[in-house]
Amino acid sequence: MDKNNSKTPPKVGVLALQGAFIEHVHALHDLGVEAKEVRLPEDLAGLDGLIIPGGESTAIGKLMTRWDLIEPVKDMAAEGKAIWGTCAGMILLAKDIGGLNQPLLSLMDIKVRRNAFGSQLDSFEADLEVPAFEKELSDRQSTAGHPFHAVFIRAPLIEKVGPQAEEIARISGEKEVGPGLSQDKQRQDTIVAARQDNLLATAFHPELTPDRRFHQLFLKMAEGLR
Amino acid sequence: MSQVLNGVEKSTWKTKVGLAQMLKGGVIMDVVTPDQAKVAEEAGAVAVMALERVPADIRAQGGVARMSAPELVSRIKESVTIPVMAKVRIGHIVEAQILEALGIDYIDESEVLTPADDQFHIDKHLFKIPFVCGCRNLGEALRRIGEGAAMIRTKGEAGTGNVVEAVRHQRAVQGEIRRIQGMPREELMTVAKELGAPYELVVQIHETGKLPVVNFAAGGVATPADAALMMQLGSEGVFVGSGIFKSGDPFKRAKAIVQAVTHYNNPQIIAEVSKNLGEPMVGIEISKIPQDQVLSKRGW
Repeated sequence: MDKNNSKTPPKVGVLALQGAFIEHVHALHDLGVEAKEVRLPEDLAGLDGLIIPGGESTAIGKLMTRWDLIEPVKDMAAEGKAIWGTCAGMILLAKDIGGLNQPLLSLMDIKVRRNAFGSQLDSFEADLEVPAFEKELSDRQSTAGHPFHAVFIRAPLIEKVGPQAEEIARISGEKEVGPGLSQDKQRQDTIVAARQDNLLATAFHPELTPDRRFHQLFLKMAEGLR
Repeated sequence: MSQVLNGVEKSTWKTKVGLAQMLKGGVIMDVVTPDQAKVAEEAGAVAVMALERVPADIRAQGGVARMSAPELVSRIKESVTIPVMAKVRIGHIVEAQILEALGIDYIDESEVLTPADDQFHIDKHLFKIPFVCGCRNLGEALRRIGEGAAMIRTKGEAGTGNVVEAVRHQRAVQGEIRRIQGMPREELMTVAKELGAPYELVVQIHETGKLPVVNFAAGGVATPADAALMMQLGSEGVFVGSGIFKSGDPFKRAKAIVQAVTHYNNPQIIAEVSKNLGEPMVGIEISKIPQDQVLSKRGW
């Protein structure tokens, strides 16, 4: 048993301005954590961690600006609180999104490309190897060698991981790619998750599948940083 | 219809339903030009519906309303980064094939356009692109889901600026869900027969107490208060058609409706964002609409 399990669970919030926030709330509930829905700055008080969910990054960014949430969330990050962005949330965390003009938190040393795989017709599911699970989660949680099934919806990808951040998952296909399938060829070697100290970013949606290992990893970050 | 390649599976049911999940808590706005699409995106829309005419104009001008011209849909797609939806006529398989070929993000098989088929809807399972369909009650919602709709919206009465039908349809859906949830299992087959709904989906409603896909409101939303009302009644997001670009100050109103959907349970904020929005669109009393022009009756 992990020593942190004897502590009270971390207090975690889910940014609930727009998008698939309730799915994260339910995922955390499965793990015995009651998450707080965050719509205004005062909702952040006392939290050990925050999830920024999938949704439309432009809409969420504009709502964060309108309700004065950008600076308080940056302050949380500076205080070492755990922050995890999924899909749109990852875009908001990135320092570089290729010059697109939209509000960002600009916290992580990663370069992200929006809608990197194409339109909805190119949304997909794929299995990922995530070595961090085996290293960092207790045996009961990690089920060694078992890939993480990930859902990508109009997903961004991580073009570049800067020196401050580390890659934690990539899609790697090895089979031959036929003519006219350049999208799939491009996907052969693509970084889709990264971490930087107290910050976690995934291009896909762990809240849409029953596998809770990413949520466990995040809770561990939130616990460890208290 | 999904494709598998290199262990990567595209256009799965999960990705179709999943995109709608990402739109939740958001506002999808009707636009007729790329400039309007940019205004919608800037106001915080989660998606735009690319149209040639908004429902209020379709209603006023009459004639056959068809899928928008492909070049218009493509230009609107080029102008924004948020998802783009477009409408096809009920049962018009080829219009849907064209929109799939254009690579937009979602198709609305919509009663707002003139139906191409007066008996059958599109077999939406055959497409890689996801579909949203309208409903007035749970039976209609489950028939559309049975045909492959990955998202549902209540119909309301489009182009009226009158929210009463949207409320009626959302209450009907939610009320029927609650009724089925509380029933003993042996009654479900008869309910499926009465609703004209697939039995398996009725059983699923009984077990989960909710629709298996995301459910938005549409048809008649004209104010931030209308949008928040639909959210309080259980909608997971809102389509606004004529209500924005037929109003006095579209950008301001669009922004206010976005804020009201996020903070639908916070009257202070809804009051604040509802101030100084200019003229709303002109509303139409439902009973004044000739019976043959009631759009929500279209759908089988």
